[in-house]
Amino acid sequence: MKMLKLEQVKVYYGHVQVLKGLSLEVEKGELVSLLGANGAGKSTTLMTISGILHPTSGHIYYEGQDISQLDAKDIVHLGIVHCPEGRRIFGGLTVLENLRMGAVCRKDKSRFQIDLDEIYSLFPILRERRKQMSSTLSGGEQQMLAIGRALIAQPRLLMLDEPSLGLAPIIVQGIFKVIRQLHEKGITILLVEQNARQALTVADRCYVMETGNIVLNGSSAELGANPEIEKIYLGQAPEAGKL
Amino acid sequence: MTPFEFLLQQGINAISIGSLYALMAVGLAMVFGILRLINFAHGDLIMVGSYTTVLLMGVGVPFEWAAIAGIAASTITGLVMERVTYRPLRGAPDVAMLLTSFAVTIFLENLAIILFSPTSRPFFLPGVLNPVLEFGHLYISGLNIIAIIISVILLVFLTLFVTRTEAGISMRAASQDLVAARLMGINVNYVIATAFAIGSFLAGIVGILWSARVGKIDPLMGFYPVLKAFVASVIGGLGSIPGAVLGGYTLGILEILLQGFLPPVLTPFRDAFVFIILIILLIFRPNGILGSSERDKI
Repeated sequence: MKMLKLEQVKVYYGHVQVLKGLSLEVEKGELVSLLGANGAGKSTTLMTISGILHPTSGHIYYEGQDISQLDAKDIVHLGIVHCPEGRRIFGGLTVLENLRMGAVCRKDKSRFQIDLDEIYSLFPILRERRKQMSSTLSGGEQQMLAIGRALIAQPRLLMLDEPSLGLAPIIVQGIFKVIRQLHEKGITILLVEQNARQALTVADRCYVMETGNIVLNGSSAELGANPEIEKIYLGQAPEAGKL
Repeated sequence: MTPFEFLLQQGINAISIGSLYALMAVGLAMVFGILRLINFAHGDLIMVGSYTTVLLMGVGVPFEWAAIAGIAASTITGLVMERVTYRPLRGAPDVAMLLTSFAVTIFLENLAIILFSPTSRPFFLPGVLNPVLEFGHLYISGLNIIAIIISVILLVFLTLFVTRTEAGISMRAASQDLVAARLMGINVNYVIATAFAIGSFLAGIVGILWSARVGKIDPLMGFYPVLKAFVASVIGGLGSIPGAVLGGYTLGILEILLQGFLPPVLTPFRDAFVFIILIILLIFRPNGILGSSERDKI
Protein backbone atom coordinates (compact mmCIF):
# COMPACT_ATOMS: atom_id res chain seq x y z
CA MET A 1 0.00 0.00 0.00
CA LYS A 2 1.24 3.46 -0.88
CA MET A 3 1.70 5.72 2.12
CA LEU A 4 0.16 8.69 0.31
CA LYS A 5 -1.84 8.60 -2.87
CA LEU A 6 -3.55 11.47 -4.67
CA GLU A 7 -6.08 10.45 -7.28
CA GLN A 8 -7.40 12.93 -9.84
CA VAL A 9 -7.48 15.77 -7.29
CA LYS A 10 -9.19 18.97 -8.43
CA VAL A 11 -9.05 22.13 -6.33
CA TYR A 12 -10.58 25.52 -6.97
CA TYR A 13 -9.87 28.94 -5.48
CA GLY A 14 -13.27 30.52 -6.07
CA HIS A 15 -13.80 29.96 -9.80
CA VAL A 16 -10.16 29.44 -10.64
CA GLN A 17 -9.10 25.83 -10.97
CA VAL A 18 -5.68 25.43 -9.41
CA LEU A 19 -5.30 21.66 -9.44
CA LYS A 20 -6.65 19.98 -12.56
CA GLY A 21 -6.88 16.32 -11.68
CA LEU A 22 -3.53 15.78 -10.05
CA SER A 23 -2.32 12.30 -9.16
CA LEU A 24 0.82 11.35 -7.30
CA GLU A 25 2.12 8.72 -4.91
CA VAL A 26 4.62 8.54 -2.11
CA GLU A 27 5.96 5.25 -0.74
CA LYS A 28 6.86 4.82 2.91
CA GLY A 29 10.43 5.93 3.55
CA GLU A 30 10.77 7.78 0.26
CA LEU A 31 11.92 11.32 -0.28
CA VAL A 32 9.81 12.63 -3.12
CA SER A 33 10.24 16.08 -4.56
CA LEU A 34 7.61 18.19 -6.29
CA LEU A 35 9.19 20.61 -8.73
CA GLY A 36 7.76 23.32 -10.88
CA ALA A 37 7.63 27.01 -11.61
CA ASN A 38 5.96 29.65 -9.51
CA GLY A 39 2.18 29.27 -9.67
CA ALA A 40 2.20 25.66 -10.86
CA GLY A 41 0.15 24.62 -7.84
CA LYS A 42 2.83 23.00 -5.66
CA SER A 43 1.88 24.79 -2.45
CA THR A 44 -1.81 24.26 -3.20
CA THR A 45 -1.11 20.54 -3.45
CA LEU A 46 0.43 20.52 0.03
CA MET A 47 -2.33 22.71 1.48
CA THR A 48 -4.88 20.25 0.09
CA ILE A 49 -3.09 17.23 1.54
CA SER A 50 -2.94 18.90 4.94
CA GLY A 51 -6.65 19.75 4.95
CA ILE A 52 -6.50 23.53 4.73
CA LEU A 53 -8.07 23.22 1.27
CA HIS A 54 -10.41 20.45 0.18
CA PRO A 55 -10.66 18.90 -3.28
CA THR A 56 -13.94 19.38 -5.16
CA SER A 57 -13.36 15.99 -6.73
CA GLY A 58 -10.78 13.24 -6.51
CA HIS A 59 -9.39 11.52 -3.44
CA ILE A 60 -6.42 11.63 -1.14
CA TYR A 61 -5.53 8.37 0.57
CA TYR A 62 -3.16 8.10 3.50
CA GLU A 63 -2.33 4.49 4.36
CA GLY A 64 -5.52 3.44 2.67
CA GLN A 65 -7.77 5.93 4.50
CA ASP A 66 -9.53 8.64 2.48
CA ILE A 67 -8.48 11.90 4.14
CA SER A 68 -9.64 14.33 1.47
CA GLN A 69 -12.42 15.83 3.59
CA LEU A 70 -10.76 15.64 7.02
CA ASP A 71 -10.05 18.79 9.00
CA ALA A 72 -6.44 20.00 9.22
CA LYS A 73 -6.08 19.14 12.91
CA ASP A 74 -7.19 15.53 12.34
CA ILE A 75 -4.68 15.15 9.54
CA VAL A 76 -1.86 16.31 11.83
CA HIS A 77 -3.00 13.69 14.34
CA LEU A 78 -2.58 11.03 11.64
CA GLY A 79 1.10 11.99 11.35
CA ILE A 80 1.12 14.21 8.25
CA VAL A 81 2.92 17.40 9.23
CA HIS A 82 3.23 20.34 6.88
CA CYS A 83 6.00 22.89 7.24
CA PRO A 84 4.53 25.70 5.13
CA GLU A 85 6.06 28.02 2.57
CA GLY A 86 7.48 31.22 4.02
CA ARG A 87 8.12 29.40 7.32
CA ARG A 88 5.09 30.94 9.05
CA ILE A 89 6.55 30.65 12.52
CA PHE A 90 4.66 32.47 15.26
CA GLY A 91 6.72 35.66 15.42
CA GLY A 92 5.21 36.91 18.68
CA LEU A 93 6.00 33.66 20.47
CA THR A 94 9.39 32.67 21.82
CA VAL A 95 11.38 29.91 20.16
CA LEU A 96 10.42 27.47 22.92
CA GLU A 97 6.74 28.44 22.69
CA ASN A 98 6.82 27.81 18.95
CA LEU A 99 8.24 24.37 19.59
CA ARG A 100 5.54 23.73 22.20
CA MET A 101 2.95 24.51 19.54
CA GLY A 102 4.46 21.72 17.47
CA ALA A 103 3.63 19.35 20.32
CA VAL A 104 -0.04 20.34 20.64
CA CYS A 105 -1.11 17.31 18.62
CA ARG A 106 0.88 14.84 20.74
CA LYS A 107 -0.65 12.54 23.28
CA ASP A 108 2.59 11.59 25.06
CA LYS A 109 3.60 14.96 26.47
CA SER A 110 6.10 13.24 28.76
CA ARG A 111 8.48 12.59 25.88
CA PHE A 112 8.38 16.25 24.84
CA GLN A 113 11.59 17.11 26.70
CA ILE A 114 13.50 14.22 25.11
CA ASP A 115 12.40 15.18 21.61
CA LEU A 116 13.10 18.81 22.39
CA ASP A 117 16.71 17.89 23.22
CA GLU A 118 16.89 16.04 19.93
CA ILE A 119 15.72 19.13 18.02
CA TYR A 120 18.24 21.21 19.93
CA SER A 121 21.06 18.85 18.97
CA LEU A 122 19.94 19.05 15.34
CA PHE A 123 19.79 22.87 15.51
CA PRO A 124 21.97 24.00 18.44
CA ILE A 125 21.22 27.66 17.72
CA LEU A 126 17.59 27.08 18.75
CA ARG A 127 18.65 26.03 22.25
CA GLU A 128 20.68 29.20 22.55
CA ARG A 129 17.74 31.34 21.45
CA ARG A 130 14.93 29.40 23.09
CA LYS A 131 13.75 32.35 25.19
CA GLN A 132 14.05 34.84 22.34
CA MET A 133 11.06 36.22 20.43
CA SER A 134 11.16 34.24 17.22
CA SER A 135 10.55 37.30 15.05
CA THR A 136 14.08 38.38 16.00
CA LEU A 137 15.66 35.27 14.44
CA SER A 138 17.46 35.43 11.11
CA GLY A 139 15.83 33.85 8.04
CA GLY A 140 17.90 30.69 8.33
CA GLU A 141 17.17 30.33 12.03
CA GLN A 142 13.47 30.85 11.37
CA GLN A 143 13.57 28.03 8.83
CA MET A 144 15.32 25.80 11.37
CA LEU A 145 12.61 26.69 13.88
CA ALA A 146 9.88 25.92 11.35
CA ILE A 147 11.42 22.51 10.65
CA GLY A 148 11.97 21.89 14.37
CA ARG A 149 8.37 22.81 15.12
CA ALA A 150 7.19 20.35 12.47
CA LEU A 151 9.50 17.60 13.74
CA ILE A 152 8.30 17.85 17.31
CA ALA A 153 4.86 16.91 16.01
CA GLN A 154 6.38 13.47 15.28
CA PRO A 155 5.66 13.36 11.56
CA ARG A 156 5.45 10.05 9.74
CA LEU A 157 5.06 12.04 6.53
CA LEU A 158 6.82 15.40 6.59
CA MET A 159 5.89 17.94 3.92
CA LEU A 160 8.39 20.74 3.42
CA ASP A 161 7.39 23.70 1.25
CA GLU A 162 10.35 25.61 -0.21
CA PRO A 163 12.66 25.30 2.78
CA SER A 164 15.44 27.04 0.82
CA LEU A 165 13.36 30.10 -0.08
CA GLY A 166 15.23 33.35 0.39
CA LEU A 167 18.18 31.83 2.23
CA ALA A 168 21.88 32.29 1.58
CA PRO A 169 23.56 29.38 -0.28
CA ILE A 170 25.58 28.31 2.76
CA ILE A 171 22.40 28.10 4.87
CA VAL A 172 20.62 26.21 2.10
CA GLN A 173 23.41 23.62 2.20
CA GLY A 174 22.84 23.20 5.94
CA ILE A 175 19.08 22.83 5.55
CA PHE A 176 19.48 20.19 2.84
CA LYS A 177 21.96 18.33 5.00
CA VAL A 178 19.30 18.13 7.70
CA ILE A 179 16.68 16.99 5.17
CA ARG A 180 19.03 14.19 4.12
CA GLN A 181 19.55 13.20 7.78
CA LEU A 182 15.81 13.08 8.41
CA HIS A 183 15.35 10.92 5.33
CA GLU A 184 18.07 8.56 6.55
CA LYS A 185 16.28 8.32 9.90
CA GLY A 186 13.32 6.90 8.00
CA ILE A 187 10.94 9.85 7.86
CA THR A 188 8.96 9.93 4.64
CA ILE A 189 9.35 13.36 3.05
CA LEU A 190 7.44 15.24 0.38
CA LEU A 191 9.58 18.21 -0.60
CA VAL A 192 8.36 21.13 -2.68
CA GLU A 193 11.19 23.08 -4.28
CA GLN A 194 11.87 25.66 -6.92
CA ASN A 195 15.53 24.99 -6.44
CA ALA A 196 15.43 21.95 -8.73
CA ARG A 197 19.16 21.32 -8.71
CA GLN A 198 19.22 20.99 -4.91
CA ALA A 199 16.03 18.93 -4.85
CA LEU A 200 17.35 16.46 -7.42
CA THR A 201 20.42 15.80 -5.28
CA VAL A 202 18.40 14.67 -2.24
CA ALA A 203 15.21 13.18 -3.69
CA ASP A 204 14.64 9.54 -4.65
CA ARG A 205 11.95 10.51 -7.12
CA CYS A 206 10.55 13.74 -8.52
CA TYR A 207 7.32 15.00 -9.97
CA VAL A 208 7.32 18.07 -12.20
CA MET A 209 4.21 20.24 -12.10
CA GLU A 210 2.92 22.72 -14.63
CA THR A 211 -0.31 24.72 -14.18
CA GLY A 212 -2.12 22.28 -11.95
CA ASN A 213 -0.94 19.00 -13.39
CA ILE A 214 1.98 16.60 -13.25
CA VAL A 215 3.80 16.76 -16.58
CA LEU A 216 6.80 14.58 -15.83
CA ASN A 217 7.92 12.13 -13.21
CA GLY A 218 10.72 9.74 -12.63
CA SER A 219 13.76 9.01 -10.50
CA SER A 220 16.05 11.90 -9.76
CA ALA A 221 18.73 10.34 -11.95
CA GLU A 222 16.38 10.12 -14.94
CA LEU A 223 15.06 13.62 -14.53
CA GLY A 224 18.51 15.07 -13.93
CA ALA A 225 19.60 13.63 -17.27
CA ASN A 226 16.48 14.83 -19.09
CA PRO A 227 17.53 17.64 -21.44
CA GLU A 228 14.16 19.36 -21.13
CA ILE A 229 14.50 19.61 -17.35
CA GLU A 230 18.02 20.80 -17.86
CA LYS A 231 16.76 23.56 -20.12
CA ILE A 232 13.71 24.67 -18.15
CA TYR A 233 14.70 24.20 -14.52
CA LEU A 234 18.44 23.99 -14.34
CA GLY A 235 19.42 26.43 -17.03
CA GLN A 236 18.90 29.43 -14.78
CA ALA A 237 21.27 30.66 -12.13
CA PRO A 238 21.34 27.73 -9.72
CA GLU A 239 20.66 29.60 -6.48
CA ALA A 240 18.05 32.04 -7.80
CA GLY A 241 15.19 32.11 -5.37
CA LYS A 242 11.63 33.02 -6.19
CA LEU A 243 11.57 36.25 -8.15
CA MET B 1 -7.27 69.01 50.47
CA THR B 2 -3.59 69.22 49.62
CA PRO B 3 -2.52 68.87 45.97
CA PHE B 4 -1.00 65.51 46.84
CA GLU B 5 -4.25 64.22 48.31
CA PHE B 6 -6.16 65.50 45.30
CA LEU B 7 -3.76 63.71 42.98
CA LEU B 8 -3.99 60.49 44.99
CA GLN B 9 -7.77 60.54 45.01
CA GLN B 10 -7.97 61.22 41.29
CA GLY B 11 -5.25 58.66 40.61
CA ILE B 12 -7.17 55.91 42.36
CA ASN B 13 -10.29 56.91 40.49
CA ALA B 14 -8.39 56.84 37.18
CA ILE B 15 -6.86 53.43 37.81
CA SER B 16 -10.20 52.04 38.91
CA ILE B 17 -12.08 53.16 35.79
CA GLY B 18 -9.05 52.19 33.69
CA SER B 19 -9.21 48.68 35.16
CA LEU B 20 -12.76 48.26 33.93
CA TYR B 21 -11.85 49.50 30.46
CA ALA B 22 -8.85 47.17 30.44
CA LEU B 23 -10.91 44.10 31.34
CA MET B 24 -13.45 44.93 28.63
CA ALA B 25 -10.75 45.70 26.08
CA VAL B 26 -9.02 42.37 26.77
CA GLY B 27 -12.22 40.56 25.78
CA LEU B 28 -12.42 42.52 22.54
CA ALA B 29 -8.72 42.01 21.84
CA MET B 30 -8.76 38.24 22.28
CA VAL B 31 -11.59 37.83 19.79
CA PHE B 32 -10.23 40.42 17.35
CA GLY B 33 -6.78 38.83 17.47
CA ILE B 34 -8.07 35.53 16.13
CA LEU B 35 -11.14 36.40 14.06
CA ARG B 36 -10.44 40.02 12.97
CA LEU B 37 -13.86 40.72 14.43
CA ILE B 38 -14.68 43.76 16.54
CA ASN B 39 -17.48 42.24 18.55
CA PHE B 40 -19.67 45.22 19.39
CA ALA B 41 -22.13 42.84 21.05
CA HIS B 42 -19.48 42.40 23.75
CA GLY B 43 -21.07 45.33 25.61
CA ASP B 44 -24.40 43.56 25.82
CA LEU B 45 -22.79 40.78 27.82
CA ILE B 46 -22.45 43.38 30.57
CA MET B 47 -26.16 44.03 30.35
CA VAL B 48 -27.04 40.31 30.47
CA GLY B 49 -24.88 39.77 33.55
CA SER B 50 -26.16 42.83 35.39
CA TYR B 51 -29.81 42.07 34.70
CA THR B 52 -29.38 38.49 35.85
CA THR B 53 -27.80 39.74 39.07
CA VAL B 54 -30.45 42.39 39.74
CA LEU B 55 -33.39 40.12 38.93
CA LEU B 56 -32.07 37.35 41.17
CA MET B 57 -31.45 39.80 44.01
CA GLY B 58 -35.03 41.01 43.45
CA VAL B 59 -36.35 37.55 44.32
CA GLY B 60 -34.23 37.38 47.44
CA VAL B 61 -31.06 35.64 46.27
CA PRO B 62 -28.09 36.96 48.27
CA PHE B 63 -25.73 39.27 46.39
CA GLU B 64 -22.79 36.83 46.18
CA TRP B 65 -24.86 34.10 44.53
CA ALA B 66 -26.69 36.54 42.28
CA ALA B 67 -23.37 37.98 41.13
CA ILE B 68 -21.93 34.52 40.40
CA ALA B 69 -25.08 33.67 38.43
CA GLY B 70 -24.78 36.97 36.56
CA ILE B 71 -21.17 36.28 35.59
CA ALA B 72 -22.15 32.77 34.51
CA ALA B 73 -25.01 34.20 32.43
CA SER B 74 -22.59 36.55 30.63
CA THR B 75 -20.18 33.71 29.94
CA ILE B 76 -22.87 31.40 28.59
CA THR B 77 -24.36 34.17 26.45
CA GLY B 78 -20.92 34.86 24.97
CA LEU B 79 -20.40 31.18 24.14
CA VAL B 80 -23.86 30.84 22.60
CA MET B 81 -23.26 34.04 20.61
CA GLU B 82 -20.08 32.58 19.12
CA ARG B 83 -21.62 29.20 18.35
CA VAL B 84 -24.87 30.50 16.84
CA THR B 85 -23.87 33.67 15.03
CA TYR B 86 -20.12 33.85 14.38
CA ARG B 87 -19.11 30.24 13.81
CA PRO B 88 -21.38 29.76 10.76
CA LEU B 89 -19.67 32.84 9.28
CA ARG B 90 -16.16 31.41 9.56
CA GLY B 91 -14.31 32.31 6.38
CA ALA B 92 -16.79 35.04 5.43
CA PRO B 93 -15.44 38.57 4.80
CA ASP B 94 -14.59 40.51 7.96
CA VAL B 95 -17.32 43.04 7.27
CA ALA B 96 -19.97 40.29 7.37
CA MET B 97 -18.92 39.43 10.93
CA LEU B 98 -18.85 43.10 11.93
CA LEU B 99 -22.39 43.61 10.63
CA THR B 100 -23.46 40.45 12.43
CA SER B 101 -22.12 41.87 15.68
CA PHE B 102 -24.38 44.90 15.19
CA ALA B 103 -27.29 42.56 14.51
CA VAL B 104 -26.58 40.63 17.70
CA THR B 105 -26.42 43.92 19.63
CA ILE B 106 -29.76 45.12 18.25
CA PHE B 107 -31.32 41.73 18.96
CA LEU B 108 -30.11 41.48 22.56
CA GLU B 109 -30.91 45.08 23.42
CA ASN B 110 -34.44 44.90 22.02
CA LEU B 111 -35.02 41.55 23.65
CA ALA B 112 -34.07 43.16 26.95
CA ILE B 113 -36.38 46.12 26.27
CA ILE B 114 -39.29 43.75 25.61
CA LEU B 115 -38.55 41.51 28.59
CA PHE B 116 -37.51 44.09 31.18
CA SER B 117 -38.94 47.42 29.85
CA PRO B 118 -36.71 50.26 28.66
CA THR B 119 -36.70 52.06 32.04
CA SER B 120 -33.65 51.77 34.21
CA ARG B 121 -33.54 49.89 37.49
CA PRO B 122 -31.45 50.65 40.53
CA PHE B 123 -28.43 48.47 41.25
CA PHE B 124 -27.62 48.21 44.96
CA LEU B 125 -24.34 46.90 46.18
CA PRO B 126 -24.39 45.64 49.78
CA GLY B 127 -22.90 48.34 52.04
CA VAL B 128 -20.01 46.14 53.19
CA LEU B 129 -18.74 46.05 49.63
CA ASN B 130 -18.91 49.78 49.21
CA PRO B 131 -17.44 51.45 52.27
CA VAL B 132 -16.15 54.99 52.04
CA LEU B 133 -12.61 54.99 53.35
CA GLU B 134 -11.61 58.19 55.05
CA PHE B 135 -7.99 59.29 55.41
CA GLY B 136 -7.95 62.83 56.77
CA HIS B 137 -9.43 64.95 54.02
CA LEU B 138 -9.23 62.05 51.61
CA TYR B 139 -12.37 60.10 50.75
CA ILE B 140 -11.84 56.96 48.76
CA SER B 141 -14.68 54.80 47.55
CA GLY B 142 -14.16 51.19 48.58
CA LEU B 143 -15.63 50.14 45.28
CA ASN B 144 -12.70 51.73 43.46
CA ILE B 145 -10.26 49.75 45.56
CA ILE B 146 -12.22 46.54 45.02
CA ALA B 147 -12.30 47.14 41.25
CA ILE B 148 -8.53 47.67 41.20
CA ILE B 149 -7.79 44.57 43.29
CA ILE B 150 -10.13 42.32 41.29
CA SER B 151 -8.73 43.58 37.99
CA VAL B 152 -5.13 43.09 39.03
CA ILE B 153 -5.88 39.53 40.17
CA LEU B 154 -7.70 38.76 36.93
CA LEU B 155 -4.95 40.27 34.78
CA VAL B 156 -2.29 38.24 36.62
CA PHE B 157 -4.26 35.04 36.00
CA LEU B 158 -4.82 36.03 32.39
CA THR B 159 -1.10 36.64 31.90
CA LEU B 160 -0.27 33.25 33.41
CA PHE B 161 -2.87 31.67 31.15
CA VAL B 162 -1.58 33.14 27.89
CA THR B 163 2.10 32.62 28.67
CA ARG B 164 2.18 29.33 30.61
CA THR B 165 -0.63 27.08 29.45
CA GLU B 166 -0.84 25.25 26.15
CA ALA B 167 -4.35 26.62 25.54
CA GLY B 168 -3.14 30.16 26.16
CA ILE B 169 -0.10 29.87 23.91
CA SER B 170 -2.31 28.28 21.25
CA MET B 171 -4.58 31.31 21.46
CA ARG B 172 -1.67 33.66 20.82
CA ALA B 173 -0.43 31.41 18.01
CA ALA B 174 -3.87 31.37 16.39
CA SER B 175 -4.04 35.14 16.56
CA GLN B 176 -0.72 35.44 14.73
CA ASP B 177 -1.29 32.91 11.97
CA LEU B 178 -4.52 30.98 11.88
CA VAL B 179 -3.45 28.70 9.02
CA ALA B 180 -0.11 27.84 10.63
CA ALA B 181 -1.97 27.13 13.88
CA ARG B 182 -4.24 24.69 12.08
CA LEU B 183 -1.21 23.05 10.47
CA MET B 184 0.13 22.40 13.96
CA GLY B 185 -3.05 20.55 14.87
CA ILE B 186 -4.47 23.30 17.04
CA ASN B 187 -8.24 22.99 17.37
CA VAL B 188 -9.25 26.44 16.21
CA ASN B 189 -12.91 26.09 17.20
CA TYR B 190 -11.87 25.26 20.72
CA VAL B 191 -9.43 28.18 20.86
CA ILE B 192 -12.05 30.64 19.60
CA ALA B 193 -14.67 29.35 22.04
CA THR B 194 -12.14 29.74 24.86
CA ALA B 195 -11.43 33.32 23.81
CA PHE B 196 -15.16 34.09 23.86
CA ALA B 197 -15.61 32.35 27.20
CA ILE B 198 -12.80 34.28 28.88
CA GLY B 199 -13.84 37.60 27.34
CA SER B 200 -17.47 37.09 28.36
CA PHE B 201 -16.49 36.02 31.88
CA LEU B 202 -14.48 39.23 32.24
CA ALA B 203 -17.42 41.22 30.80
CA GLY B 204 -19.70 39.66 33.41
CA ILE B 205 -17.39 40.82 36.20
CA VAL B 206 -17.05 44.28 34.65
CA GLY B 207 -20.85 44.38 34.41
CA ILE B 208 -21.26 44.09 38.16
CA LEU B 209 -18.49 46.56 38.96
CA TRP B 210 -19.76 48.97 36.32
CA SER B 211 -23.38 48.78 37.49
CA ALA B 212 -22.29 49.30 41.07
CA ARG B 213 -20.37 52.37 39.99
CA VAL B 214 -23.23 53.85 37.97
CA GLY B 215 -25.91 52.70 40.44
CA LYS B 216 -28.44 51.70 37.80
CA ILE B 217 -28.89 49.37 34.87
CA ASP B 218 -30.84 49.60 31.62
CA PRO B 219 -31.07 47.59 28.39
CA LEU B 220 -28.70 49.88 26.49
CA MET B 221 -26.10 50.10 29.27
CA GLY B 222 -23.53 48.08 27.28
CA PHE B 223 -23.00 50.69 24.59
CA TYR B 224 -20.84 53.11 26.54
CA PRO B 225 -18.45 50.50 28.01
CA VAL B 226 -17.93 48.69 24.70
CA LEU B 227 -17.22 51.98 22.96
CA LYS B 228 -14.65 52.86 25.62
CA ALA B 229 -13.15 49.39 25.40
CA PHE B 230 -12.91 49.74 21.63
CA VAL B 231 -11.11 53.08 22.00
CA ALA B 232 -8.82 51.52 24.61
CA SER B 233 -7.88 48.66 22.34
CA VAL B 234 -7.24 51.02 19.44
CA ILE B 235 -4.95 53.06 21.69
CA GLY B 236 -3.05 49.97 22.79
CA GLY B 237 -3.04 48.22 19.42
CA LEU B 238 -6.02 46.19 18.19
CA GLY B 239 -5.72 42.51 18.88
CA SER B 240 -2.89 42.79 21.39
CA ILE B 241 -3.77 41.70 24.93
CA PRO B 242 -1.03 43.73 26.65
CA GLY B 243 -2.05 46.59 24.35
CA ALA B 244 -5.65 46.31 25.52
CA VAL B 245 -4.59 46.52 29.16
CA LEU B 246 -2.26 49.44 28.51
CA GLY B 247 -4.92 51.17 26.42
CA GLY B 248 -7.56 50.67 29.12
CA TYR B 249 -5.43 52.27 31.82
CA THR B 250 -4.26 55.04 29.46
CA LEU B 251 -7.85 55.90 28.61
CA GLY B 252 -8.92 55.86 32.28
CA ILE B 253 -6.06 58.14 33.28
CA LEU B 254 -6.65 60.49 30.32
CA GLU B 255 -10.32 60.86 31.16
CA ILE B 256 -9.74 61.60 34.82
CA LEU B 257 -6.86 63.98 34.05
CA LEU B 258 -9.02 65.94 31.64
CA GLN B 259 -11.92 65.85 34.09
CA GLY B 260 -9.69 67.23 36.82
CA PHE B 261 -7.68 69.80 34.93
CA LEU B 262 -9.91 71.11 32.14
CA PRO B 263 -11.51 74.46 32.97
CA PRO B 264 -15.08 73.85 34.22
CA VAL B 265 -16.63 75.31 31.05
CA LEU B 266 -14.95 72.61 29.00
CA THR B 267 -15.52 69.53 31.19
CA PRO B 268 -18.78 68.55 29.42
CA PHE B 269 -16.64 68.14 26.30
CA ARG B 270 -14.17 65.84 28.02
CA ASP B 271 -14.73 62.94 25.62
CA ALA B 272 -14.12 65.22 22.64
CA PHE B 273 -10.68 66.04 24.07
CA VAL B 274 -10.03 62.35 24.70
CA PHE B 275 -10.76 61.63 21.05
CA ILE B 276 -8.56 64.51 19.87
CA ILE B 277 -5.67 62.99 21.82
CA LEU B 278 -6.54 59.60 20.31
CA ILE B 279 -6.42 61.05 16.79
CA ILE B 280 -3.05 62.67 17.48
CA LEU B 281 -1.75 59.38 18.84
CA LEU B 282 -2.95 57.49 15.78
CA ILE B 283 -1.18 59.93 13.48
CA PHE B 284 2.13 58.99 15.08
CA ARG B 285 1.36 55.35 15.92
CA PRO B 286 -1.29 54.19 13.42
CA ASN B 287 -1.26 50.69 14.90
CA GLY B 288 -1.57 51.79 18.51
CA ILE B 289 1.09 51.90 21.17
CA LEU B 290 1.94 48.18 21.11
CA GLY B 291 0.43 47.28 17.75
CA SER B 292 2.67 45.78 15.13
CA SER B 293 2.32 46.72 11.51
CA GLU B 294 3.77 43.41 10.34
CA ARG B 295 0.45 41.63 10.10
CA ASP B 296 -1.06 44.08 7.66
CA LYS B 297 1.95 43.89 5.40
CA ILE B 298 1.45 40.21 4.73
